[in-house]
Amino acid sequence: MGLEEQLPAGFALTTVEKLAGYMRKGSLWPATFGLACCAIEMMAAGAGRYDLARFGMEVFRASPRQADLMIVAGRVSNKMAPVVRQIYDQMPGPKWVIAMGACASSGGMFNNYAIVQGVDHIIPVDIYLPGCPPRPEMLMDAIIKLHEQISDTKLGINREQIIREVEAAALASKPTFQIQGLLK
Amino acid sequence: MSDNQNASGSFGVHGTGDTSGYGLLVRKSAHPGSTERPYGGYFDEVADELEKAYPEFATDIERIVIDRGELTLHVKAERLAHVARVLRDTPTLRFEMCMGVNGAHYPQDKERELHCVYPLLSLTHNRRIRLEVSVPDSHPHLPSLVEIWAGNNWHERETFDMFGIIFDGHPGLTRILMPDDWIGHPQRKDYPLGGIPVEYIGAVVPPPSERRSYT
Amino acid sequence: MTTYDPYASSRETTEGRVYSVTGNDWDSLVTEIGATKEERVVVNMGPQHPSTHGVLRLILELEGETVTEARAGIGYLHTGIEKNAEYRNWTQGVTFVTRMDYLSPVFNETAYCLGVEKLLGITQEIPERASVLRVMMMEFNRISSHMVALGTGALELGALSPMIFAFREREKVLDIFEMVSGLRMNMAYVRPGGVAQDLPDGGLKKIRETVKELRHNFKDNEKLLVGNTIWMKRTQGVGYLDLAGCTTLGITGPVLRSTGMPWDLRKSEPYCGYENYDFDVITNNDCDVYGRFLIKMNELEQSLRIIEQACDKLEKLNGAPVKVEDKKLGSPADLTVGADGMGNSKEHIAHIMTQSMEGLIHHFKLATEGFRVPAGQVYTVVESPRGELGAHLVSDGGTHPYRVHFREPSFNNLQSLSAMCEGSMIADVVAAVASIDPVMGGVDR
Repeated sequence: MGLEEQLPAGFALTTVEKLAGYMRKGSLWPATFGLACCAIEMMAAGAGRYDLARFGMEVFRASPRQADLMIVAGRVSNKMAPVVRQIYDQMPGPKWVIAMGACASSGGMFNNYAIVQGVDHIIPVDIYLPGCPPRPEMLMDAIIKLHEQISDTKLGINREQIIREVEAAALASKPTFQIQGLLK
Repeated sequence: MSDNQNASGSFGVHGTGDTSGYGLLVRKSAHPGSTERPYGGYFDEVADELEKAYPEFATDIERIVIDRGELTLHVKAERLAHVARVLRDTPTLRFEMCMGVNGAHYPQDKERELHCVYPLLSLTHNRRIRLEVSVPDSHPHLPSLVEIWAGNNWHERETFDMFGIIFDGHPGLTRILMPDDWIGHPQRKDYPLGGIPVEYIGAVVPPPSERRSYT
Repeated sequence: MTTYDPYASSRETTEGRVYSVTGNDWDSLVTEIGATKEERVVVNMGPQHPSTHGVLRLILELEGETVTEARAGIGYLHTGIEKNAEYRNWTQGVTFVTRMDYLSPVFNETAYCLGVEKLLGITQEIPERASVLRVMMMEFNRISSHMVALGTGALELGALSPMIFAFREREKVLDIFEMVSGLRMNMAYVRPGGVAQDLPDGGLKKIRETVKELRHNFKDNEKLLVGNTIWMKRTQGVGYLDLAGCTTLGITGPVLRSTGMPWDLRKSEPYCGYENYDFDVITNNDCDVYGRFLIKMNELEQSLRIIEQACDKLEKLNGAPVKVEDKKLGSPADLTVGADGMGNSKEHIAHIMTQSMEGLIHHFKLATEGFRVPAGQVYTVVESPRGELGAHLVSDGGTHPYRVHFREPSFNNLQSLSAMCEGSMIADVVAAVASIDPVMGGVDR
C-alpha cells in the first residue's frame, strides 16, 4: 500500500480515501468463476435484460491476473476447493469476493460429505448473497452494496483502527444460536 | 398401508421402556421372486430368444422378474460378460446400447450386498430390459463390460468410486467423482452422510442423517 | 503434505516435469522446455476456463497445435445429491433432483416423478391437465436450454452477438416459468402425483403471445449463423462421430440424431401423452458440429409447435384438477401467501380444521413423513435436450428413497470427447465440447 504510507497521516488521507474508493469501484472486473446453477443467473445478469455493463462489469476476465472481483457462483465441492484457493491467490490485490447463492455462502441445501459448507472456509468473503439461485437483480444489489463498501474503505492508519474495532466487536459477540428473542 | 411383516423392532417394551418406536425400526429388504410365464408384451420373445442363443440359460440366469412393466434378468456374476455379449450380438435381440451401470448397497442381504444394474436398450427392436448382478462385500469383483459397450467406462469407474466394486479388465479403474486420494466409498449405506450441524438464531439444527425419524 | 509451491516455475513429479506458467516467464519457459527432448506437451485446460462448459478439466497432449490425446477430468461439481435424497421424503427429493442438470430442471423433475408414479402404480391416474402442463413446461425448458447451448457455444467460438440474442429469448421463457411456478430456475414444479399448481389467470394468453414473439425472434440467430462462412468453416467436419461410435458409447440426443438415426424417446416410448402431439424428429446426416447446431436450431420450432398444441388442450381442460385424486398422495395445490408471510391455502385449512378428520390425518401424515411407496425398482426415461435422461429408483417400502440414480446424458456424451478430438486442433476441441453441450451438474451429480 505504498501511496498511503508516503502521505502525511490524518488530514490528506480523507480525500485520498474517497478518490481511491471511487476509482476502485468504478469498473470492477469479475473473474469467471461460475460453477453451477448460479453461474447461469450470473450470465443472465451479464446479458441484455439485466445489464452488468452499466457498472463496467460485462467483461468477465478469463485470467484471474486481470480481475479484481471473484463472484463464487455455485456449489464448491471438495475436489474444487484447492482450485478456488489457487485462483484467489493468483488475483492481485485489491480483490473482493462475493459468495453468490446459498451453496457458496453456507453449503446451502447440500449438507454432506462432498460440498464445502461455505466458501468462507477457504477464502475471505466480502458479501454473502442468499438465494437459490438469486435473481440477477439480487446480484446487482449485492454488487451495489459492494461498491458502497469499496468507496468507504479507509486507508492507512484509519484502516488499521477499523480492523481493530471490528475484531473487538466480533470477539465480544454471542454465538448465533445463543441469541434470544429474534425468532418469528 | 404399513408392511409390518418386513420390519421388526418397532413396538413393544425394550430396554428403556420407550414405546414410541422411532430409532429402533429395522427394515428387512424384500426382493421379488421369479415371475412365472407368460410374461406379457415382448418379454416372452426376449426370454425365448435368449434361451435359444445362450445354451447355459438355465444355470446362469438366476431369476427373471417382471415388475411394473419391466424385465429384470438376474445373472450370475462370473457369467455376466458372456450373457452381455450374446444379448448384444444375437440379431433377434440386438441390445446395442447399455445405458450405464448403477450400483446399490443392501447391507442386510448377507453374501449378496452389492448389486449392479445395467439397463439395456435395443434401437432396432425398441425394447428395454435390465441385467442385475449381486456380489458379496468380501469379494466385490465383477467382469468389466467396457469391451462390449465402450460407454460403460466412466460408469464402472463411478460405481467403483461410490461403492467399491472392482471391475476386472477395466482399462483404468480410478476414482472419477471424488478427489483421487479420497478414502472410503461414499454411497455405501455404512458411509455417513457427513453433514455438519447448522446454527440459526436461537437454535442448532443437526444434519439430516442425525435427526429424529418418525419412520 | 509435502511442500508444494504453486508459484514455482516447474517441479518434478512421478510423471515427469510439470511447468506452471505464472506470468512474465515466457522466455524462461521456452528455453527450459526447448532444452528437454520432449516433443509432446501435456496441457491442462483446467477446471476454471472460459471456454469449457462449466468445471470441466481437459487434459490434452499436444504436438504443436494438434491434439494427440484428449482426456476429460470430471468430479469438480460432485454434490452427493443421490446420497442426500436417501435422507429425505419422496416429495422433497424433487428439490434435490432438479438441481442436477441445472439447465433443464423440469426434465430432471419429470423423470423422477414418472419413476415415483410408476412405483406407486398411479401412472394412469395422473390428471390429463397435469400431463399437458408437464409437456408444456418441458418444451419451454427445451427452448431455454437450447438457447444457452447455442449462445455459449457461439461465445466460445468467438461470436458474441448470438449469445445476447439467445439470452434475450431465454429471458422471455424464464418469465413464463416465473409466472407459472414462481421461480426462474430450479422450480420444483413437477411433483409426484401431478404438478404443484395450476396456471394463473391470463397465463394462457401470455403464453400464446410469447410463442409468437419467440417464433419471430428466432430468425435473428438464424440470420447470423446459418450459412455464415466463418461459422461453417469452424464447425463443418469438426467433432466427427458416426452411428457405430454413438451406439457403443451409449450416446443419445442431438449427437445421435446428427448421425442420421431418428431416435427420439418422445416418439419411440411416449410418456406424459406425447403420442397425442404432432411434431417432427429433426435429423441430419453430417455427424459433425454444424449438423448438431442445425438440429438444435430446428428443434426450437418443433417445441413451439408442441406448445401451441398444448395451449389448445389446456383451453379445453379449463378447471380440471392438476394433482392426483388420491388424498393419501397429493398435497393441496393453490397456496397463497398469507399475512404472516407463510404460504397456505385457506380453503384447505378450513377443511382440515373444521370439516374433516380424515383430511387432518392425511395432512399430518403427509407433512411429517410423506407417503409410502411400495418396494421395487424402476427405470424411467425422458428425452432431455441433451439425450436420454433415465431415473433408476429403488424403494424398500418406506417414505425415503432407498437408492436414486440418474443416468445423465451428459455423462455418456462427454466420453465421446476423446473420439471426437484426437487428431484435430485445440480450437476444434472447444467446438466439439460446445456441440456435445455437457452440463457439469448432471455429469457429476
